[in-house]
Amino acid sequence: METFLQQTLNGLVSGSIYALVALGYTMVYGILGLINFAHGELVMIGALVALQTVTALSGAFPGLHPVILLIAGVAVAVPVCMAVGYLIERIGYRRLRNAPRLAPLITAIGVSFLLQTLAMIIWGREFHVFPQLVSTTPMQPMDGVVVSPLQIFTIVVAFALMGGLMLLVNKSRLGRAMRATAENHRVAGLMGINANGVIAATFIIGSGLAALAGVLFASNYAIAHYAMGFTPGLKAFTAAVLGGIGNLPGAMVGGLVLGLVESFGAGYIEHLTFGFLNSSYQDIFAFMILGAVLIFRPSGLLGERVADRA
Amino acid sequence: MRTENTTPILEVRGLKVAYGGIQAVKGIDLQVREGELVSLIGANGAGKTTTLNTLAGVVPHNGGEIRYAGQDVGKLPSHLRLRKGLALVPEGRGIFTRLTVAENLQTGAYTRRDTDGIAADMEKVFTLLPRVKERLNQVAGTLSGGEQQMVAIGRALLSRPQVLLLDEPSMGLAPLVVEKIFEVIHSITREGMGVLLVEQNANLALEVSERAYVMEGGLVTLEGTGKALLDDPKVRSAYLGEEIDQGLAA
Repeated sequence: METFLQQTLNGLVSGSIYALVALGYTMVYGILGLINFAHGELVMIGALVALQTVTALSGAFPGLHPVILLIAGVAVAVPVCMAVGYLIERIGYRRLRNAPRLAPLITAIGVSFLLQTLAMIIWGREFHVFPQLVSTTPMQPMDGVVVSPLQIFTIVVAFALMGGLMLLVNKSRLGRAMRATAENHRVAGLMGINANGVIAATFIIGSGLAALAGVLFASNYAIAHYAMGFTPGLKAFTAAVLGGIGNLPGAMVGGLVLGLVESFGAGYIEHLTFGFLNSSYQDIFAFMILGAVLIFRPSGLLGERVADRA
Repeated sequence: MRTENTTPILEVRGLKVAYGGIQAVKGIDLQVREGELVSLIGANGAGKTTTLNTLAGVVPHNGGEIRYAGQDVGKLPSHLRLRKGLALVPEGRGIFTRLTVAENLQTGAYTRRDTDGIAADMEKVFTLLPRVKERLNQVAGTLSGGEQQMVAIGRALLSRPQVLLLDEPSMGLAPLVVEKIFEVIHSITREGMGVLLVEQNANLALEVSERAYVMEGGLVTLEGTGKALLDDPKVRSAYLGEEIDQGLAA
């Protein structure tokens, strides 16, 4: 039972980060039908820009409160990622809007390499320690279950962001324009909606979420590295497919389910395989799920916008 | 208010459009004045829909001029033409099927910030189209074709256009619904809006229109008042199925 609770908690932490990243994939897919494979790199850029900011600030003003450092890191990382996300769309994808689907897809992979390489040039190949800005001192709410303030913080922030995004998409004028554009660019234009502007806004919002996910990810693993975006990017993509790509609630559910499956998998894999595999094999679960979803339910858990057809 | 001398609000000169590798529109002139109902009839493939799409900025043109309210709008993207007051209800209605009816109407008012004015215009649309009000919270994709057409028209009206381009509003609808929709179109023009109507149902279109253009192979081959064209033997045989009827009767 303790293991179960502990693994649930761990799963929620990583799952809520996957969910934030998955939202970016699914939003862009929903509006453009494009898998933006460069999205994972925004997680990395968010983490490294935040780290750079924090390092610079704490060097210049030693003794600054960690919360202020965290806020400053986020305040720089989010706009930087938003700008990068905007530029990716503006320079990379916009002119391919009417090209065959393979062209933007390959471009996305190219952009991913480009961003990784740029990050490597700027921040080097080494692993950087990401400082503990939120306490990781374990608390023990009950026997055998350990939780840190950072973990609680991660879950709370991620859920707040998801709730905010749902409100934005479902209730605001911009959200309506996004949904209208996602369904039909041409008709959206006939309503006076600047489809290019809405698409840019979609990239910007998704990139902002990725930046925050990057800071949360780096905080939880205490590490930042130029290639750190690849694995969470791929897993978040898996989560988006699992939930039903193009479907926002699906991306959230998919992210959380993936986090939980991984966590339980890691917790129980040793028992299940009689010690043949250990918890370092936890990554295989994500890709087993991806394979299974693509074979048995390509439309994902929530299908493509099932709710709308109800 | 309107006299024959009023300058047209929409004026098209020598419009040419290449579409899908062919010259679909080969240089046409047409005008729409305030409060005027003008129709554009012709066989399938004559270039009617292409013309409307070009006027709305969905398709680029490769010759001629589109003047709206005295300005050349030919280079503007569709969302800026709408902002000027030129709205299109596209062929097939173009409803956002995954949005609710209310949200569809709200996207129609997307460019407007005058909350009170929008609310007043919503009420007008509800008076004009009571069915729309009954369906407000329904997802638009679940509506019948006629209801979707009403939503499409209501949505376009909410942008408060001065000229409304309507592409085949009767397509696939039951006669009673068509009648209702034409009533609505008629009452729109009474409020001073200009309407350019593309219609397969030439008989109906000519009956309600003040003026009409007949398109054939990308050119306007005939124009005149609705009445005159209704009585024109060429139009009768080509578009109103007259000869066939007589042939069968004989």
